[in-house]
Amino acid sequence: MSTIALEVRDLVKSFSLDGATINAVDHVSFQVKSGEFVALVGPSGSGKTTMLSILAALLTPTSGQVLIDGQDLAQMNEKQRVKLRREKIGFTFQSNNLIPFLSARENVEFMLRLNGRLDHASRIRSDELLARLGLSDRLHNLPAQMSGGQQQRVAIARALIHNPAVVLADEPTASLDTERAYQVVETFANLIHENERAGIIVTHDLRMCQYVDRVLQMQDGKLVRIYEDKKEIIELARGTIH
Amino acid sequence: MKNIFLATYLAIKEVVRNKGRFLLVALVIALITLLVLFIAALGEGLANGNRQYVANLDAQLVVFLEKSDYSISSSRLETNTVKSVRRVDGVADAGAIYTSSTEIVSLPEPLKVSMLGAEPGRPGMPPILDGREFRGGEAREAVIDRNVALRTDIQVGDTIQIRSTQGTEDEFFELKIVGLVEGQSYFFQPTIFVPAATWEKIRPQSESELTSDTPYPNIIAVKLTDPLQTEAMSARLTEKVTNIEVADIDTTINNIPGYSAQQGTVQTQGVFTLLIGILVIGGFFQIQILQKVPQIGVLKAIGSSNGVVGLSAVIQIIFVTALGVGIGGGLTYLFSLGFPPTIPLVFNGARSLIAIALLLAIGPFGGMVSIIYAVRIEPLKALRLG
Ligand SMILES: Nc1ncnc2c1ncn2[C@@H]1O[C@H](COP(=O)(O)OP(=O)(O)OP(=O)(O)O)[C@@H](O)[C@H]1O
Ligand SMILES: [Mg+2]
Repeated sequence: MSTIALEVRDLVKSFSLDGATINAVDHVSFQVKSGEFVALVGPSGSGKTTMLSILAALLTPTSGQVLIDGQDLAQMNEKQRVKLRREKIGFTFQSNNLIPFLSARENVEFMLRLNGRLDHASRIRSDELLARLGLSDRLHNLPAQMSGGQQQRVAIARALIHNPAVVLADEPTASLDTERAYQVVETFANLIHENERAGIIVTHDLRMCQYVDRVLQMQDGKLVRIYEDKKEIIELARGTIH
Repeated sequence: MKNIFLATYLAIKEVVRNKGRFLLVALVIALITLLVLFIAALGEGLANGNRQYVANLDAQLVVFLEKSDYSISSSRLETNTVKSVRRVDGVADAGAIYTSSTEIVSLPEPLKVSMLGAEPGRPGMPPILDGREFRGGEAREAVIDRNVALRTDIQVGDTIQIRSTQGTEDEFFELKIVGLVEGQSYFFQPTIFVPAATWEKIRPQSESELTSDTPYPNIIAVKLTDPLQTEAMSARLTEKVTNIEVADIDTTINNIPGYSAQQGTVQTQGVFTLLIGILVIGGFFQIQILQKVPQIGVLKAIGSSNGVVGLSAVIQIIFVTALGVGIGGGLTYLFSLGFPPTIPLVFNGARSLIAIALLLAIGPFGGMVSIIYAVRIEPLKALRLG
């Protein structure tokens, strides 16, 4: 029996630029359960990053509600939101993911430090996680000494290490070659499933959808289609549906 | 508490992994420190060169001729004034001081010196460190101060020759050096002490002055029974003794010609150097923060509080400033070792300490804007930039 980790109700985010108002997120509602891995797809500018920023409590929505682990983000003050980001959310960004002066291992461990949970056992877990992501020989490298893909994988480890309720990943495979990308998303999916986290991955690459349980398709800020059937998702990933 | 640990961790890691950049900032601060300390030392040195003798007087009050505006050189007292001063209740002792300057010529390079007439054992005559007091009367004996000894190889027992212009003639006089006293620089010159009668004979003077053989003191140094009673005693002296005005030591120093103007100039230089320091440091940290916007965004996005981010910036700035001031202080010390005694640099004043305290403050002060900026960076920047 899995609980609802994330719930979005009638979410709207509008930006006004030069007098014109656009709805980057336009009346979107959905839920994600613990242990469920969801892909958020859509063309460039469809509102995926905006969506993720709101879910991560980095951006205040214009209207609508976001509940994480049953807590309404709108009811929180800034201090509580910072605490929520630290404890309940794991995040990888499109770019500029890592702290440049911390090594791969230190970047991951920093998340534990932040939560006051860095100890012998968690250090071992962090190294194991990095190993699963193929980074055993990169533990002491600084971000600048790693490829974009390696940096993304460190960011994934950092997003998972503190067992957050919700893991949000914005285009983690953008800078990976296809082979690596499959491998990373598969590991990501496994970790989400094993640890019973709720995961949302934003991607351009529909092929990555073969590892997810559900696909949310956005267009012009609206949630236009949801693929829930495993067969349909596989077809989407193979490129037989558009 | 946890915030302090996290902030320190971040600050240290960042400094260690960017040693070059932080060292560069520290070196800039070190250079500013060097400059400020030298200006402070120069100020102290110049002040010393001007006031050392007066500041060292074993006296609390100085008697001038009335309406001389506390100017030592324009004050000319009657010979019996010193006796009248000694008779005033509350005066422990008083010594007449005769000022003038001359040139020691029995040297490879002639040395201009202040020639002061004073009475052994009375205020105005510093304690003898080596040798003995000169004998009074017309004995051609003199005592040199340490500044003369530092600049020349004149020693106790030597005989020196001085040259003074008297009327239209250059006259040469021989003096036997019988003693040494602590540095007593007066009017930026090292000092020799002679008895009053000798002083009157050998000092530079005009044709008209040559006719008289009576030495008139410029000032009288007054030692009080109760050193705290300067104001009351000053009033009593002016009342009991005719034709005089009285100043304490500080007033006397401030009225040495050029003293206040010079100190004002040096202080203004110091203040401006500090201001420039604040701007340079401020600029440096501001640029650094601008470059760090994405990384600060990430830190905040993953849940670091503003406290941690701000504190870590503060720790870095304090660390770098302290490092810079340390290096600068060390450099200043090394340089100071190599300076000849002719350049008036004095590093041990309270002035150097104040300068160091101000220098330590310029980092946090200059970096304040950047710290505020860091605290205000929105975590969303991490997602949108790059
Ligand atoms: N701060 C902002 N001010 C104004 N408009 C914005 C702002 N942020 C986003 N937008 C607009 O909102 C829309 C959605 O942007 P968003 O970045 O969420 O798209 P995306 O789906 O992540 O695109 P991509 O796949 O290229 O990353 C775009 O039209 C964008 O221009
Ligand atoms: Mg995006």
